[in-house]
Amino acid sequence: MAGAVRIRGLVKDFGPRRVLAGLDLDVAEGEFVALLGRSGCGKSTLLRILAGLDPDVEGTFTVPERVSVAFQQPRLLPWRRVWRNISLGLRGVGRQRDKHRAVAERALAEVRLADHADAWPLTLSGGEAQRVSLARALVREPELLLLDEPFGALDALTRLAMHHLVEQLWREHRPAVLFVTHDVDEALLLADRVVVLDEGRIVAEHHVDLPRPRRRASFADLRVEVLSDLGVDDVEAA
Amino acid sequence: MSAGEKSVSISTAGVVARPESVVPARAPAVKQRKLPDLRRWLSPIGLVLLWQAASSTGVLPPDKLASPATVFRSAYELVVDGQLVDAFLVSLSRVAVGFVIGAVVGGALGLVSGLSRWGERLLDPPVQMLRTLPHLGLIPLFILWFGIGEEPKLALVAAGVAFPLYLNLHAGIRQTDPALLEAARVLGYTRLDRVVHVVLPSAVPQTLVGLRIALGTAWLSLIVGEQINADAGIGYLINNAREFLRTDVVVVGLLVYALLGLSTDALVRALERRVLRWRAR
Ligand SMILES: Nc1ncnc2c1ncn2[C@@H]1O[C@H](COP(=O)(O)OP(=O)(O)O)[C@@H](O)[C@H]1O
Ligand SMILES: [Mg+2]
Repeated sequence: MAGAVRIRGLVKDFGPRRVLAGLDLDVAEGEFVALLGRSGCGKSTLLRILAGLDPDVEGTFTVPERVSVAFQQPRLLPWRRVWRNISLGLRGVGRQRDKHRAVAERALAEVRLADHADAWPLTLSGGEAQRVSLARALVREPELLLLDEPFGALDALTRLAMHHLVEQLWREHRPAVLFVTHDVDEALLLADRVVVLDEGRIVAEHHVDLPRPRRRASFADLRVEVLSDLGVDDVEAA
Repeated sequence: MSAGEKSVSISTAGVVARPESVVPARAPAVKQRKLPDLRRWLSPIGLVLLWQAASSTGVLPPDKLASPATVFRSAYELVVDGQLVDAFLVSLSRVAVGFVIGAVVGGALGLVSGLSRWGERLLDPPVQMLRTLPHLGLIPLFILWFGIGEEPKLALVAAGVAFPLYLNLHAGIRQTDPALLEAARVLGYTRLDRVVHVVLPSAVPQTLVGLRIALGTAWLSLIVGEQINADAGIGYLINNAREFLRTDVVVVGLLVYALLGLSTDALVRALERRVLRWRAR
């Protein structure tokens, strides 16, 4: 398998503070990788670098041509209707303008918001807005999809529905995914591989060779291992 | 883990059929139109009655302030013989021309200093210094520069419009949410795309605030400007009436000023409702 992402010796400093300290990571084409780590360990920093938002780094990395990001907050343009938010994501992808509406509507149907094309973003619930954000990221047909805790601000029930949705969309579009989360269950539910970031490096890695859709019971042992990588040994409390 | 499965199906169903999501976001706007509370009219009407009573009994002499009835009659006469309409049109066109000049200048400067770092460095300091001058205090200079014709009146209105518009447009552009700009960048927006779809729309609410202030200042500037040797317009009407102790006409002129101010304000508010309809509720 050719690699979608290849990172070697990535170093990122904020002033005197070294956030990424020679990080190595590969993501294969179409692979779903979950990136776990404590708050403040540099997960968002890594994603921003891969998205090309922070050029001030040392080390090397390669990413595919088409990269999309979904952030923790949906970051929709409130003054553009939902379908325009999505079609504006087609910038630089080179599609014909008159097909934009149709493309946006198809993307909205995929996230089950077909009847919201003309809504204003501020009228959406948190989960709906986040689904629009996903649709906007996917409409570019990305080869790499970067997800930065996209469900962190959602309630538990909405989250569960979003897990289904993301898995389904990933199966259909098959981008490589780098999915940042601090929720171990979420990671084990969705990812082919779980990596743990600490002290600026990948310190642990687990392949999750379980059939999908997964149930929580199926990865109880792996969960204990990953939690211990994260420095949580008292599993009952976690 | 049947509990887990159950909650999955519940939440999925919830997503598919969210009841509130079906209703378009129009409904709340209609509800906002409440009937005005008529009790709030009690005291204003009472004051007018009191005023009329004071005039009728001679407590308030007509050379100080005419009675409401006289004011009403004069207003009617001035409308019928066309004087008021002529004066109104002259004043309105002064405000309109001065406003356009001021809006173009203030808007252009605000755009340049908002959108470009060098523009800000070069433009913002002098504008910030100049705005501390009370612009109505510039009248003596304007008279020296432009004489006592139409030009100083227009310049005064334009100055009153340009500053608030500049300040609010500049501030509006500068407070664009960096998170949205970042999202636009990863979505491949060009710089022009970002300005058109992110920066300028996000500056609109603040700019509309500036527009309302600018219009208020425009009327104020006009009223002051029309004290300078006007030979037409509401200000002329008022000054002329003063010489003949016609307090009724003075009051009519003031009422017209007030009405004009109120109607332009209503216009901006209508514009706000239309342009900012993306703001939920
Ligand atoms: N622009 C910045 N300037 C200075 N420090 C930053 C900046 N962005 C992030 N950091 C710091 O880098 C560290 C990693 O941040 P981040 O990548 O956001 O962590 P997380 O893993 O929670 O996403 C934190 O200590 C944070 O304070
Ligand atoms: Mg983060």
